[in-house]
Amino acid sequence: MAEEQEPLEILSARHVVEYPYTRSVGAVIGRFLGGLKDKKIEGSLTPSGRVLVPPSEYDPESGASISDFVEVGEAGVVTTWCWVAEPLAKHPFDRPFAWALIRLDGADTALLHAVDAGDSSRMATGMRVKVRWRQQRSGAIGDIECFEAENLGSQDGEIV
Amino acid sequence: MSEAVKKIVTPISIEYTITPGAAPTKFLRGIKEGRLLGQRCPKCSKVYLPPRGSCTVCAVPTVEEVEVSDQGTVTTFCVVNIPFYGQVQEIPYVCAAVVLDGADLPCFGVVQEIAVEEVRMGLRVQAVWVAPEERGYTLENIKYFKPSGQADAPFESYREHL
Ligand SMILES: [Zn+2]
Repeated sequence: MAEEQEPLEILSARHVVEYPYTRSVGAVIGRFLGGLKDKKIEGSLTPSGRVLVPPSEYDPESGASISDFVEVGEAGVVTTWCWVAEPLAKHPFDRPFAWALIRLDGADTALLHAVDAGDSSRMATGMRVKVRWRQQRSGAIGDIECFEAENLGSQDGEIV
Repeated sequence: MSEAVKKIVTPISIEYTITPGAAPTKFLRGIKEGRLLGQRCPKCSKVYLPPRGSCTVCAVPTVEEVEVSDQGTVTTFCVVNIPFYGQVQEIPYVCAAVVLDGADLPCFGVVQEIAVEEVRMGLRVQAVWVAPEERGYTLENIKYFKPSGQADAPFESYREHL
């Protein structure tokens, strides 16, 4: 090694490790995703009358199987959110957006999705948002392209 | 009403930048010139290719550089018959562990220019390189191994490397 006087050129390379795996979604999420294709959002109805969106195969309170579905609205309330100022390659937008938990009208739980608000100043907990449907729908969560402000006025909903 | 969805494809990927250490860097510079540079352990004398800068058995740094032949012996192999995502070879093909002459660790490569069913332990092979002007800092400079035409190596000569 003594003859090695000049410093080594530092090599570097981009590597990608990728798993393109297919997962089976089960009967409940399968029905939910199938509904999105028809612009229909369905939640599961628990024995105590709560509506879970996205639906669950089991009631988180009692553990009972759930087989009843109920359609909910395509607008709702942002219960919490996080601004993504610098989107990553796999994010739904290449411009800043918000990840938000959205409780749809008629649902008792919140769904995680993106809100295309343009600027974080237009985001607020309690704001009303509605679905923007994708033109080409395939039965996937991305059939909801994102949520957007329902009303650019100030008719914000209340967090209950 | 649309049918319930049964399956979804959810690709997961990690993209990262890798920086090789000093020993692999020398190896990669060598392979760009069509040379295979390993390192010998000062304690057990085994030659590592590619070198990692240390002997994991003796836990000592390896510094002595050793050039290894691009001919070697198939120690073990498998016939790949299953298609998979990202596959570059046409199936069936043979993936083999090859101990290059002068090295003590097998490297992995595809064996071609021989019928799949004729590949065997002890088969003598030699590397087929890509054209010099197309070589980069990559093991892909060796396209595949082909039979060298020499007599099969006796089992005793590679039993240590299985
Ligand atoms: Zn050693």
